[in-house]
Amino acid sequence: MSDAALRALPSRRPVALAVRLWPWVAALVVSMALPWLFYDFQHGRHSGFMLSMFSQTGMMVIFALSFNMLMGQAGLLSFCHSVLFGLAGYSTVHFLNAAGAGELPVPMELMPLLAGFSGLGFGIVFGYMATKQRSTAFAMITLGIVQLVTTAATMFHHFFGGEGGVKTDREIGISLFGLEYGQSIQVYYLIVAWMMISAVGMYFHTTTPLGRMANACRDNHERAQFVGYDPRIVRFLQFAVSGFYAGIGGGLFAITYEIVTFDAVAAPLAANALLMAYIGGATTFFGPVLGAILITLMQSGVSLMSNSWLVYVGVLFIAMVTFAPSGLTGIVMEHAPLARAGLLRRLAVPYLRVLPPGLIALAGFVGVVELLSFLTIGMAQGKRLELLGRPIDIFSAAPWIVSLACLLGGGVWLARESRHFKRAWEGLMEVARR
Amino acid sequence: MSPPSLSLREVTKNFGQTAIIRGVDMDVAAGERHALIGPNGAGKTTLFNLISGRFPISSGEIHLDATRLDGLPPHRINRLGLSRSFQITSIFHRLSVYENIRCSLLWSRRYRYSFWHALGRQRALNEETERLLEELNLAERRAVQAGLLSYAEQRALEIGMTIAGGASMILLDEPTAGMSHSETEYAVALIRRVTQGKTLVMVEHDMRVVFDLADTITVLVYGKVIASGPPAAIRADSAVQEAYLGKVAA
Repeated sequence: MSDAALRALPSRRPVALAVRLWPWVAALVVSMALPWLFYDFQHGRHSGFMLSMFSQTGMMVIFALSFNMLMGQAGLLSFCHSVLFGLAGYSTVHFLNAAGAGELPVPMELMPLLAGFSGLGFGIVFGYMATKQRSTAFAMITLGIVQLVTTAATMFHHFFGGEGGVKTDREIGISLFGLEYGQSIQVYYLIVAWMMISAVGMYFHTTTPLGRMANACRDNHERAQFVGYDPRIVRFLQFAVSGFYAGIGGGLFAITYEIVTFDAVAAPLAANALLMAYIGGATTFFGPVLGAILITLMQSGVSLMSNSWLVYVGVLFIAMVTFAPSGLTGIVMEHAPLARAGLLRRLAVPYLRVLPPGLIALAGFVGVVELLSFLTIGMAQGKRLELLGRPIDIFSAAPWIVSLACLLGGGVWLARESRHFKRAWEGLMEVARR
Repeated sequence: MSPPSLSLREVTKNFGQTAIIRGVDMDVAAGERHALIGPNGAGKTTLFNLISGRFPISSGEIHLDATRLDGLPPHRINRLGLSRSFQITSIFHRLSVYENIRCSLLWSRRYRYSFWHALGRQRALNEETERLLEELNLAERRAVQAGLLSYAEQRALEIGMTIAGGASMILLDEPTAGMSHSETEYAVALIRRVTQGKTLVMVEHDMRVVFDLADTITVLVYGKVIASGPPAAIRADSAVQEAYLGKVAA
């Protein structure tokens, strides 16, 4: 480096730092401000629903990111990530109970750290078992582990409390800042703080030798051996570290809900991690964050409106795996070459042309799913199907015909427009490459 | 430090009932450039796989100087200073060219499984990576995903990853296979440069390369060594001519 370049460094560094830091600062500011957008000033209180949704999102962000340390970064598809999360959650309940009884002088603010260390411990134990193998065999071992621990959770009452789970009271009376944590907003800010710490920690991990060699072993585990690394140890350490962060998530879960049942270790939660990482985009660091937000939003928001929200999550997942295996952030990243070539504007028309048939097909699909679900569960629950405030008679032919027509007609139209879009896309890519 | 020597004694390898390597004795002297030649299916790549620990041997002994190699896993052999390349390019295809080289440097620079160093701040490591990229003529391609490189570039990267860790015993498996004449010339110059002061064993089909580069040639036919010696002696050897070069000479 020349002298001039060296001298230029100090003045450039704050700018570069700001560029690198802005996503983190933005995430922090947004998560801190978010509850106040839904603050009820008339009654002077927070929206309980929104607050619990944001809290859930926060812990799911940690959970999904830690899952992606395995899937996206190390190429390890784990079905037992819920075990690390849930067991740390159980441990935290016991820590809180001990703290409440005055036997464990740990302040609330550091409880998630303790949970992280228990996650690390479980990560070491189960990671030792699972990381003996890789790829399919690894996935099968983790499937065994999740079944094993779920069964154990209903069998061993001392630690797991049986079917009813274990309960605690988070008002342990020990805090670095003299907080009681009686109010959900205080817990929410605890979650935000640990979410930021965990995200920064996991991001840092991707820049370390171990994090990089995890990528290398994912790409070519054999070559990794011939540059001096034992892929088994790389997998094991990566698993253990991801257990640490999953544990922090599980600890926050226990603190928030004050109860942990076997659901917290069971396979559906592990599948959720997969959904979040995959839909958000496992190939980028921030993808799982987006996935966690989206899935939690669907889980709490759409589930209020519809019984069939899981159908939508499932269809979204299948659609992503089929059409966009790199996830939502992957889709965005694929536009990068076009953006660099200044061709992004020329995609506007093709996008606009896909939009109407897409929306029509989507509306038709939602219509058919909702009508079907109201024929069965909805009716049993005595609910009424409404559209824009007007009740819909599910026994008349009209809604069925309209929905099916939208689905089929929109589908055919969409298929045609997608072909057009694909041609336009490939043409622009060709131009961008030149 | 003088480069190491390699010796194989009565090495055999069976896959099921089939004997692929049938008692190979081979000596590679310290600092020499040793070519391993032989017709297709002679077991040259298999022999590399045995030396580098990719497959276990069925019987015999392999020594790197005084250290016994057989029975050790590949990463341990690599840490002893024996590094190999692959005939079918074996790189970290989703990582950038830069990261490929840096990953190949990590262990030898004692970073091991560290999760507390930020790679971006390791100046000596990053400067060494840059230097290697310059040497391999890949500096301008440093940000490209390795899987997207051209074939010849991938071969250069393959060699780069093999020598990056500073191993003093280098095994190259057909480094010039599939290259054009000019690419081969460039690759030979590169190999000559980067293996300076090291011991080199290479499998090679291009006889111009073999006779240009090698100090010693070993001829392997059907899992047995039929001749070993300086190029002139090999050229004159009647058994070799019959089994191998004969086809070319005729």
